[in-house]
Amino acid sequence: MGFNFYDFTALTHNIHVGLVEGFSPFMATTLEWVIVGTAYLLFVALFGLLLVYAERKVCAAFQQRLGPMRVGYWGLLQTIADFIKLLMKELIMPRKADRFLYNLAPFIVIIASFLAIAVIPFAPGLQSLDFDIGLFYLTSVSSVGVIGILLAGWSSNNKYSLIGAMRSGAQILSYELSVSLSLLTMIVFAGSMQFSTIVEGQRDGWYLFTGHIPSLVAFIVFLIAGTAETNRGPFDLAEAESELTAGFHTEYSGIKFAFFFLAEYINLFIISAVAATVFLGGWMPLHFGHLDAFNHAMDVIPPLVWFFLKVFGVIFIIMWFKWTFPRLRVDQILTLEWKYLLPINLINILLMAFIVLTKFHF
Amino acid sequence: MSEIKEVMFNSDRLATDEYLVNMGPQHPSTHGVLRMLVKLEGEKVLNIQPHIGYIHSGIEKMCEAISYPQIIHLTDRMDYLSAHMNNEAVALCVENALQVEVPERVKYIRTIMDELARLASHQLWWCVMGMDLGALTTFFYGLRDREMILDIFEETCGARLTVNYNLPGGLMFDIHPNFQKRVKDFITYFRKKLPEYDQLLSGNVIFRERTEGIGHLSLADAIAYGVTGPSGRASGFSNDLRKHQPYSAYPLVKFNEIIDHRCDTLARYEVRMKEMHESLSIIEQLIDNIPEGDYAVKMKSVIKLPEGEFYQRVETARGEFGVYIVSDGKKNPYRVKFRSPGFSNLFALNKMAKGHKIADLVAIMSTLDLVIPDIDR
Repeated sequence: MGFNFYDFTALTHNIHVGLVEGFSPFMATTLEWVIVGTAYLLFVALFGLLLVYAERKVCAAFQQRLGPMRVGYWGLLQTIADFIKLLMKELIMPRKADRFLYNLAPFIVIIASFLAIAVIPFAPGLQSLDFDIGLFYLTSVSSVGVIGILLAGWSSNNKYSLIGAMRSGAQILSYELSVSLSLLTMIVFAGSMQFSTIVEGQRDGWYLFTGHIPSLVAFIVFLIAGTAETNRGPFDLAEAESELTAGFHTEYSGIKFAFFFLAEYINLFIISAVAATVFLGGWMPLHFGHLDAFNHAMDVIPPLVWFFLKVFGVIFIIMWFKWTFPRLRVDQILTLEWKYLLPINLINILLMAFIVLTKFHF
Repeated sequence: MSEIKEVMFNSDRLATDEYLVNMGPQHPSTHGVLRMLVKLEGEKVLNIQPHIGYIHSGIEKMCEAISYPQIIHLTDRMDYLSAHMNNEAVALCVENALQVEVPERVKYIRTIMDELARLASHQLWWCVMGMDLGALTTFFYGLRDREMILDIFEETCGARLTVNYNLPGGLMFDIHPNFQKRVKDFITYFRKKLPEYDQLLSGNVIFRERTEGIGHLSLADAIAYGVTGPSGRASGFSNDLRKHQPYSAYPLVKFNEIIDHRCDTLARYEVRMKEMHESLSIIEQLIDNIPEGDYAVKMKSVIKLPEGEFYQRVETARGEFGVYIVSDGKKNPYRVKFRSPGFSNLFALNKMAKGHKIADLVAIMSTLDLVIPDIDR
């Protein structure tokens, strides 16, 4: 079975065929689940740690510091050490907390991010779920996480947590609209909700460039709303440190806290991956119309590398937001969404529909 | 169905309780052990009741048992960010009581140190203000520049924060030979860095949205509550003691008293930002002209104040700091009372924050620039 770094379709297909031939259908499906599940679990854990490290380094660079430097070369092992520390910490529960919901909440949050990651196309053939309503599935699944946050705030029986959770609920529900509408703009343009079709459609140029102004507007709106969706600064109201100590996860410790922490970074990855896929071509190399020589040169870089380059680009922009802007107030956050982003989005969809109908795009 | 309708539209049955939240004594935005009982309705602040006393150290009582030069050590520990001004207040009070005239050199150095301390204090306030509003990067920008002032302090008197540089009758030591050069270097450096502060925070859209029109404190209220310092001046209350009751070398320098009539959080912010420019210009006028001479007058080894009451006030980074000494002619005072700016400023908080959101409460509190040991002496 040939390994091709440019196209994983053959590899994943061979594994599938091998399993189906070697085992009973039931066993084959179970084994496939286990393999895919383990792969995602490993990816989530390792990539989460990497993102935490990246955030600390990026933040340090903005703040004229070095960041973690002591554990490992350039502090590379710092996040692993932190993770081990979190694993070993005592799990403290407030006496009057709602036991069942308190324990359930972190799992809901992390499962929601975990479900969403399934449709992300990493490279040709490296995507576990590719079906016709991919984007729809992603937006619906990722919004399940807010239930976990609300439950965490409610069940902790702490006023700060409750305020944080209510803020988060209002915020995520509102910004869900903008995320969906800006994606809808691109769905109108792409003519499909399936990730593989969307990526394939960007073979001759990324949608950000081919879609004229509406796609640029949609990209900016998506970045703003996506940042708000992940509860990151300047929209980190739910865990506003200076106001609510730590917001909805104030009462969580040890590995349960780590779940919230990890989920935040996985959500960051998902938002960036969706932005990269829908607007920046996903794993598709940078192509310009008829510049064949240039296009061939770009093809030399493997799709997986392209994908992660774009994802890290978007992640860097979102981190940049966080370490530069002050936090918005809760009413301002809702004003921004309902009075500005939503009307802009609605007009934008109309514009996009007009452009698609008149074929006024590249 | 009718049951639900009844609950929905009958506000008596739909529970919208006010609730109490304890902000502090351990809370990131109180910057110390201040406890506030905040009555909230949703996110709206209805009432704030500050509770102090968690870090009460009985400084005023301790002063009754120690001699005058020793009192100066304790004043460092009150408003530690304006340590030098507090020291100076006691020193001036004792000097005035004994009618000692200090050399010109001492006056110049005291004024320069005052303004350096004010700059350092405002820098730290700026760091923390940004952090309270959620802009975490400001913290490191401000501390980077503050470090240079602390280095100058360290070289001058061996301490970085609680400088304890004054004595009744002068200073502990003469300035370090490097002092003038380092201060001048700092001025040129910081002049370049101040626009960076504005770029990072002052000009930011979110920052202006968060501060404009928030936390209104009218002139009448400012005077009624005795809100002094930059917080009072932002309400149009002309109260700069450096202008109205000049001490040390302040009569010799030209500077503007920054007054703003907008009365809101942004005004308090901008007054402090402009004061930093004024402080730089005050230092610039003095640093090259420090006269030669002694750094202290010879005082008696045991200082005894004549019988009577003495009061001296100075302008610290937070406002009017007053020292009131009642002496019965012994080597230690009969009674000492400090008028600290933070105490008066804190109690105007309720007036300012009522009706705003919790997030605004934090912003307003940080423009009051509270130092808790200053409130809880």
